[in-house]
Amino acid sequence: MTSTLSTAPRAQLGRADSAPAGQRKAALAWLTVPALFFFLVFAVVPLAGVLILSFTSWDGIGAIGAAGMDNWFSVLADPGLYNALGLTFLIMIFSWLVQTPISLLLGVFTAGSQRYRAALAVLYFLPLLLSSAAVAIAFKALLDPNFGLATGLGLPFLAQDWLGVPHLALGLVIFVIAWQFVPFHTLIYQGGVRQIPKSLYEAAQIDGAGTVKQFFHITLPQLKYTIITSSTLMVVGSLTYFDLIFVLTGGGPGNSTRILALDMYLRGFRANLMGPASVIAVILVIIGLVLALLLQRLGGKDKQGSQLEGL
Amino acid sequence: MKQPQTSRRSFLALAALTPFAVAATTACGTSGPGASSANGGASMWFLSGEPNQTTMQKAVDAFNAANSSDKIAVTYFQNDAYKTKIKTAIGANQAPTIIYGWGGGGLKTYAEANQVEDLTSWFDQNADLKKKFFPASFGAATVNGKIYALPNQAVAPIVLFYNKEIFQKAGVQPPKTWEDVMSLVKTFNGMGIAPFSLGGQSRWTSMMWLEYLLDRIGGADVFKAIFDGKPNAWMDPAVIETGTKIQELVSADGFIKGFSSITADSNADQALLFTGKAAMMLHGSWTYGSMKKDGQNFVQDGKLGFVAFPTVAGGKGDPKNGVGNPAQYMSISSKASDKEKESAKKFFKDGIMTDAVIDAYINSGAVPIVNGIEDKLNTSGDKDFLNFVYGLAKNAPNFQQSWDQALSPTAAEALLNNIDQLFLKSITPQQFAQNMNGTLGK
Repeated sequence: MTSTLSTAPRAQLGRADSAPAGQRKAALAWLTVPALFFFLVFAVVPLAGVLILSFTSWDGIGAIGAAGMDNWFSVLADPGLYNALGLTFLIMIFSWLVQTPISLLLGVFTAGSQRYRAALAVLYFLPLLLSSAAVAIAFKALLDPNFGLATGLGLPFLAQDWLGVPHLALGLVIFVIAWQFVPFHTLIYQGGVRQIPKSLYEAAQIDGAGTVKQFFHITLPQLKYTIITSSTLMVVGSLTYFDLIFVLTGGGPGNSTRILALDMYLRGFRANLMGPASVIAVILVIIGLVLALLLQRLGGKDKQGSQLEGL
Repeated sequence: MKQPQTSRRSFLALAALTPFAVAATTACGTSGPGASSANGGASMWFLSGEPNQTTMQKAVDAFNAANSSDKIAVTYFQNDAYKTKIKTAIGANQAPTIIYGWGGGGLKTYAEANQVEDLTSWFDQNADLKKKFFPASFGAATVNGKIYALPNQAVAPIVLFYNKEIFQKAGVQPPKTWEDVMSLVKTFNGMGIAPFSLGGQSRWTSMMWLEYLLDRIGGADVFKAIFDGKPNAWMDPAVIETGTKIQELVSADGFIKGFSSITADSNADQALLFTGKAAMMLHGSWTYGSMKKDGQNFVQDGKLGFVAFPTVAGGKGDPKNGVGNPAQYMSISSKASDKEKESAKKFFKDGIMTDAVIDAYINSGAVPIVNGIEDKLNTSGDKDFLNFVYGLAKNAPNFQQSWDQALSPTAAEALLNNIDQLFLKSITPQQFAQNMNGTLGK
């Protein structure tokens, strides 16, 4: 008796609800169409195009001819590819090593609510507003060995051949990338730090933990997912560093800053070798996918586990 | 007035159409202002930078004022950026009507892909126009016996510039031989002045050294064999000797410290010469005009000296041989409409090398590629330089077009990359020759 009474209205309710719910779902599906359309047109189609082009020979101007595996064999046998790969990973690793500690510390610092910190934060975030090309041109002018900062300010140690000596140029590229992207990651960490419950710090203070201990035992563990997010952006992003290096060094001196993305561009659009350039593009996509998946794994296993247990 | 009602469906349609609309508008953006093409006329891309930008703008303005139905719409781009942009645009069938370039290997690529109009018969119909220009300027405009471009602007040989003031202070004479060059390097380094200015990051600047040295050492035939794609043409001993001499000069600090950080696009290499930080500079004759403009009376006060490239002992090349750009070139896109092509041809005939334009070039310190300008050159304020350039271009038994323009884009990119490494001494002259040998016929 009670069961029939209780189920009847529920069933009715369910039936009454089902039609609009189905409609809503259909409507929601339609809403994904624009996004899907953009994804198809700007991601899937070009990706397929590049894959097809990697098996053709094309100078970008004339007719496209089939080339079979020729491009793949020639690119994979080219020492230039391994030089570019090595440089890409070198820049990736050093970018991470330089940017992570700086942006983590700056993020923790700017998360404080004091007014002077907010004022400083505005200054730290300034590079975020500039385009890569503008940053590169500005640094190039500042570091000009004859007409740059060194002569302007009378600082002889700055009068290095920054863009002319291979290891200096590589170091400079890593520095300028850091200068440009640290603010972005600082912003991510700032947001992460502000979400950590105050009660954790209060409890730690009562237990007599100092600032350093609080940082290592509360802030850092609580930022685990923020660190993974920021690292993923840094690592995958470093595969596509192009504009800044292209304007700053053009891959030079010699091939000492010719990273994979730049190598792809120079082969395709300077040397008119679209086939080999497409091979490199495909390699870039594969590396990017593998890295992103690996990083997901790194933080993904205990995704269900809460960091706020006991609160 | 009735407000049109925007339904959700039309909004969605709008959203779906947006990408196409964006594509359409950017297409207009890249192929030059579409408006002008709509009311007849042609689009053209040209290089930014003075004095030529002003000269071209005036020529276009004058032509447009006289030909309202054939207006030319011109857009300006920076040199290095333009070279990439035009290739991409042509490949995407979005080239402007008038394609500006340097002839040679690049033009050959376009011609073989049927992207540019064959102008041979048009030149036959306009024989007067053809006779107006230096005959030698048509070489780089010709592919397989057909003319695909109109030579225009100025002949621009590579010239060895020097700062007379510094030479006077040092009590030395400009170099006549390679030995002179090496001894001057010591002299100037001893004075704390860089012997040669060089914008090495641009790479084609370093290439000018190889072009002249190879010619002086091995004669014009060595590069001709390379150009023709003969087997092992790069392995000629003259190439190795050229590379060795260059590396000797680099090792002796012949070029200014930090030369690989300097780009030619910013004209910093020229500034080094006219500010007295460097004593000499090997550069295109077009830098005379920009040094005259930027150098604060450096040129006007007669402090800029210029000589032909020195000879090399035992070399086979004729010391009168020249290297550089025989002219600049303009082709017509075969994808343009008939109306646009007609407008472009009219501009080629009546607008591009008028007397006013010729005078403007001469005034800027350039030698236009038209016959019978001796009197004009002689009455110019820059007559010493103009006559020097004119003589160099006219009397050269062989005037070699710049290598990166003469060769195919694929070979040219490999060449510039290897030259950069040669100057950095990260490869030996032998490796340079071998690397380049692999690009023959590509």
